Amino acid sequence: MSFPWAKEYTPSNGVTKFLDEKLPLPRLVYNAVGAGYPVPRNLSYFWNFGVLAGFFLVLQIVTGIILAMHYAANAQVAFATTEHIMRNVNWGWLMRYAHANGASFFFIVVYLHIFRGFYYSSYKAPREMIWLLGVTIFLLMMATAFMGYVLPWGQMSFWGAKVITGLFGAIPLVGEPIQIWLLGGYAPDNAALNRFFSLHFLLPFVIAGCVILHIWALHIPGSSNPTGVEIKSESDTLPFHPYYTVKDGFGLGVALLVFFSLVFFLPNALGHPDNYIEANPLSTPAHIVPEWYFWPFYAILRAFTGDLTIPFTGVVLIEAKLLGVLAMFGSILLWFILPWLDKSPVRSGHYRPLFRKFFWFGLIPAMIVLFICGGAPAEEPYVMLSQLATAYYFLHFLVILPIVGQIEKPEPLPYSITEAVLGSDKKAVLGENASPAV
Amino acid sequence: MTKLLSIRVVAILIGIGLAVTVLFWSLVPGVIAFVTEGQAEHLPYEEPRDFDFSFDGPFGKWDVQQLQRGLKVYDEVCSACHSLKYVAFRNLSELGYDESQVKAYAAAKQVPGIDPNTGEATTRPGLPTDYFPSPYPNNVAAAAANNNAIPPDLSLITKARGDGTNYVASLLSGYQEPSAELLAEHPEAAPGPGLYHNPYFPNLNLAMAPPITMDGQVTYDDGTEATIEQMSIDVAAFLTWTAEPTLIQRKQTGWPVLIFLLFATVLAYLSKNQIWAAVKPKKNKKSD
Repeated sequence: MSFPWAKEYTPSNGVTKFLDEKLPLPRLVYNAVGAGYPVPRNLSYFWNFGVLAGFFLVLQIVTGIILAMHYAANAQVAFATTEHIMRNVNWGWLMRYAHANGASFFFIVVYLHIFRGFYYSSYKAPREMIWLLGVTIFLLMMATAFMGYVLPWGQMSFWGAKVITGLFGAIPLVGEPIQIWLLGGYAPDNAALNRFFSLHFLLPFVIAGCVILHIWALHIPGSSNPTGVEIKSESDTLPFHPYYTVKDGFGLGVALLVFFSLVFFLPNALGHPDNYIEANPLSTPAHIVPEWYFWPFYAILRAFTGDLTIPFTGVVLIEAKLLGVLAMFGSILLWFILPWLDKSPVRSGHYRPLFRKFFWFGLIPAMIVLFICGGAPAEEPYVMLSQLATAYYFLHFLVILPIVGQIEKPEPLPYSITEAVLGSDKKAVLGENASPAV
Repeated sequence: MTKLLSIRVVAILIGIGLAVTVLFWSLVPGVIAFVTEGQAEHLPYEEPRDFDFSFDGPFGKWDVQQLQRGLKVYDEVCSACHSLKYVAFRNLSELGYDESQVKAYAAAKQVPGIDPNTGEATTRPGLPTDYFPSPYPNNVAAAAANNNAIPPDLSLITKARGDGTNYVASLLSGYQEPSAELLAEHPEAAPGPGLYHNPYFPNLNLAMAPPITMDGQVTYDDGTEATIEQMSIDVAAFLTWTAEPTLIQRKQTGWPVLIFLLFATVLAYLSKNQIWAAVKPKKNKKSD
């Protein structure tokens, strides 16, 4: 689909004419990320992170494939081959540091992408399918990152695998058989390492497939924008190329500057020292913590310290561990129903005074608290703080969002994107008259 | 519509249910326990001292003399108990030794081998391609010789501890008797049998006896005075090299990459401004 004023692809020479007839791939690209895709003219830098996430996915696949050429998924040698990559493989250290920090940066840009979606309600009609696919991609990323962290077979790899697969053991009756089935044994060992490697290699391509669907679904209604007002006319839009290719290019440059500063000068800052100790089933680390990008959800998991009992009888309804597991998975799965929970007719947080307060003074502080507590040892005051933040997290999405949407009086919206950008200055040149100043 | 409404009603009920559960069944008992019982106190250990190393910072470089001194400390002190299994003799050429010196160093070490006549396990002089041999044939022997505490391999030790280089230097030079105040406050901090007090070790007491006990324990070839602290710092520097031999190459590769990226990003920014100039309302007013 496209808007009626979208520029049409015209093959210019024999080769592109031939291609356009037999396999119109250049036309597809032109309409997807070229001049044939009209985009709202008012996108802020918060709209850069989709392209950046795509970039880091490709970076992870490229560096990952190179690492897989030198790595051996066998519990006897996995740690040693990782060190072999660091020491003996030409530029192996760069590939591994880029891959490990690339995972972190993939999560950073995806978190910014998701929270952009929360603030501007990007999930609302007509973009529900884009959102559903996005949450699916995020879940696949979490699974991929978790299994990837197991591969170096360090202490945190091993104990992380043990703790996370142990979560399934909390399921009543079938929990333990499921855990054994997942690991291929009673504890993480060769069987688990091998299947994690296999799946860690597969899932990025599944993610890539979902990304294609995500972008396809995006092109049906077109991109959202900071006002949340839908596109009304050609003057509301600019062609993706060159306007947003160049803006994304600049954004990518900034992201890479930060990324490579870390890769070259602080490559282990986001990792855990214990993962440079080879996995040892007989020695439990003092604090088992997952990678930083799981900390908020790990904090939710650990917030449930007490069994749900019937007061004064001591009858246990749900054990604390199961509560934590349900809450942790639920905390992400609930994103799937957001489009049907938040029924405010206004999308953008710019025009929703009450929602905006809950977002900046509720959700963001709660996420920061959960992040800090998830990385901290299970001690006070972290446990209490994580319990308060967990309560707020669920109240925010499941209670506050639906109610605020009903009772809030939104601020007046601009008539159109053009008006929002240019104000009432009728003289100002509109988008359709402008040509790229190259 | 009624269906959508019911989704939201169910969500609100679940949300309130989860919040009430975590607040009243987890937070309240936790607060009560915290108020009545407090929480277990940690033994107070010290953060590593901050030493100055030549390879610190974005422009850092190896001090080859220091790495050679550190190798000597490892060789004469640490290697009695600790292996260095990810480092090969050939890697020593990076410490400024030439080929013949590396060969001679390797040949002076006995590594596991196979007798070519009988096929039995034996030892032979090392070659540059061999890795540093382990002082013990296996973990059982290592545990048996060390009061059941297996000495860890040192190849990666400075990456496997927080602030590892400073930690190793602090630990090695930090053995001391526990202070009277510490013992008064934490009687459990007194070192048990076969343990030694060290404020930089998170448990305060470790099984490793002080390895560097007196000045001049190692005789340095370059005339540097071998104080306890100097030997600790030198071997910490050496172990930083063993943990990441590519450390300096990494930092030196970083600069051209960042300078190129900075240049490209500035160009991208200028192009962006130029391309967007025509559709930005402010710029248009200026040109009027």
